[in-house]
Amino acid sequence: MANVSLRGVEKSYGAFKIVRQMDLEIHDGEFLVLVGPSGCGKSTTLRMIAGLEDINQGQILIDDQLVNGVAAKNRDIAMVFQNYALYPHMDVFQNMAFGLELRKFPKEEIKSRVEQAADILALGDLLKRKPKELSGGQRQRVALGRAIVRQPKVFLFDEPLSNLDAQLRVQMRAEISRLHAQLKTTMVYVTHDQVEAMTMGTRIVVMKGGDVQQVGAPLELYTRPANRFVAGFIGTPQMNFLDASIEGGTDAPVLVAEALQLPLQGAMAAAISGLKDKRCTLGIRPSDLHVVGTPGAGPITFEAGIDMVEILGAVQVVHIRLGGQTMRAELPIRVACKPGETISLAAEPDAFHIFDATSGVAIA
Amino acid sequence: MIIRLLSRTAFYLILAVGLFYILFPFYWMIVNSLKPSAELFATPLSYWPRQLTLDNYRAVLADGSFVRSIFNSFVVAGGATILSLALSSMAAYALARYRFAGKQATLYIILGMSTFPQIAVLGGLFTLARALGIYNTYWALILSYMIFTLPFCVWVLTSFIKEIPDTLDEAATIDGASAWQILWKVIIPLAGPGLVATGLLSFINAWNEFLFALTLTADNQARTVPVAVALFSGQSEHELPWGKITAASTVVTVPVVLLALMFQKRIVEGLTSGAVKG
Repeated sequence: MANVSLRGVEKSYGAFKIVRQMDLEIHDGEFLVLVGPSGCGKSTTLRMIAGLEDINQGQILIDDQLVNGVAAKNRDIAMVFQNYALYPHMDVFQNMAFGLELRKFPKEEIKSRVEQAADILALGDLLKRKPKELSGGQRQRVALGRAIVRQPKVFLFDEPLSNLDAQLRVQMRAEISRLHAQLKTTMVYVTHDQVEAMTMGTRIVVMKGGDVQQVGAPLELYTRPANRFVAGFIGTPQMNFLDASIEGGTDAPVLVAEALQLPLQGAMAAAISGLKDKRCTLGIRPSDLHVVGTPGAGPITFEAGIDMVEILGAVQVVHIRLGGQTMRAELPIRVACKPGETISLAAEPDAFHIFDATSGVAIA
Repeated sequence: MIIRLLSRTAFYLILAVGLFYILFPFYWMIVNSLKPSAELFATPLSYWPRQLTLDNYRAVLADGSFVRSIFNSFVVAGGATILSLALSSMAAYALARYRFAGKQATLYIILGMSTFPQIAVLGGLFTLARALGIYNTYWALILSYMIFTLPFCVWVLTSFIKEIPDTLDEAATIDGASAWQILWKVIIPLAGPGLVATGLLSFINAWNEFLFALTLTADNQARTVPVAVALFSGQSEHELPWGKITAASTVVTVPVVLLALMFQKRIVEGLTSGAVKG
């Protein structure tokens, strides 16, 4: 049980900075997810915490102890790798016991810890098997077991579910969440899959190009994204973005994007008054668009042409055209939508997000 | 149909010629070793012994200096192999895993070592062995054989270890293993087939080596089998004891062939793994 602090941590390969000035407080017992597209520095961050990568600048503390110069094996962390990294020449028991044997635990202690972990992960019947005789899901459970038996201060996960098929991934996701609820140990989890991040994390760190974009609880990121990147990264289907101009006087400004008009009041009106060139980006989630006259439909209405319809089952994703810009709307399946027709849609004013057109920073 | 028959026939014909060319010397060696000495020089030549005898083997195995040379060969070839494997597995691990300046150069210098013709280094080796006081000892041969066994082992094992995913090293690091423990408990067990293959080929090369053995030994103390056999002498200087030579050659071929047969599967595994992902 421990907290982890990153203070001004930097990592670069030559002139290329892979992680820039990263500050992060990971609380004791937290399930923190690092998420972002590939190359954003999330795995490097995890490997720096693990001690597999040196850091160029800054400090890393585990349990309030500075660990910059501490070797990986002395940091009391355990790590689960994407490709499982099980020792092929050892059976399941030996794989899980290896770390304890190296640390000179007594035989009985090793046996009881491995058996306990095997119990938790339903691996009891497989202890004598070699990794190559196991399925992907079983291998990943052994990798989890190898981490659990150590009873480390912090668990680190490096995209542990990426090699599994979709169905197994959902199952293992639940299993890891259950494990966290049971062990209550600090866990740091790296993934590029925002669904994994949303469903598993107590808090999420969204990264891009070596920078932290936003840190927050899953719902916080979803409802109040700090910038356009986070807004687009979290949530499927992706948030719609429209180029909009600001019209009307400063007392009653109106955002205009093609046929869509969004009058602004109060705090929102004040927030955009600072914008120079009268332009901004308007964001709205596909699920916040409704057919006019149905429950949830708000006072902001517009007409749009239907380009294409993707049927998902209970809902359909309707690709619509608004002037020269495209959007997607997630509508109930019973709404009749045909490509080529027009549809009247509506939304609540506070469902809209407003971003600075150039920096992408959220204004309201 | 006829074409197929013809091509089949041609195939087996070529195979037979090839096999004959490769195997006849061995056949001739074994057959001659079983002939009484009178028959060896008899005309017409007998391709199948009229009379089988083990006299030559008795004579060879009763010869104390020959038996001693077999022992010497085991010590020298075994020593060179074990030392090469021990050193090369460490070198190969470093070359496969660590990033350091001059890594590529190191690899090619090691390879370059084995490309010198033996005769080019012979004079230097002789002087060196005298200077170090190891002339006519096992060490002279073990150390000089490592000129060719070590580069071979390093190269093959380096490519072998590169095939082992390095997340295993990282997993072991986090499990608390030191670099030594990773090498010993994770890498070496997984590189087993490679070690067997390279070790065996090193052993065979060292076992068969002649030129260094001839130059760096003076007598029975360290003389190995190929030299001992070549130095067999008959009753007079005009007589070559072919019977003894062939019997001795047969005796020293047996361990190598047995080793190769025993580890045949492992050698093929070792030399081809990495070609296709397991």
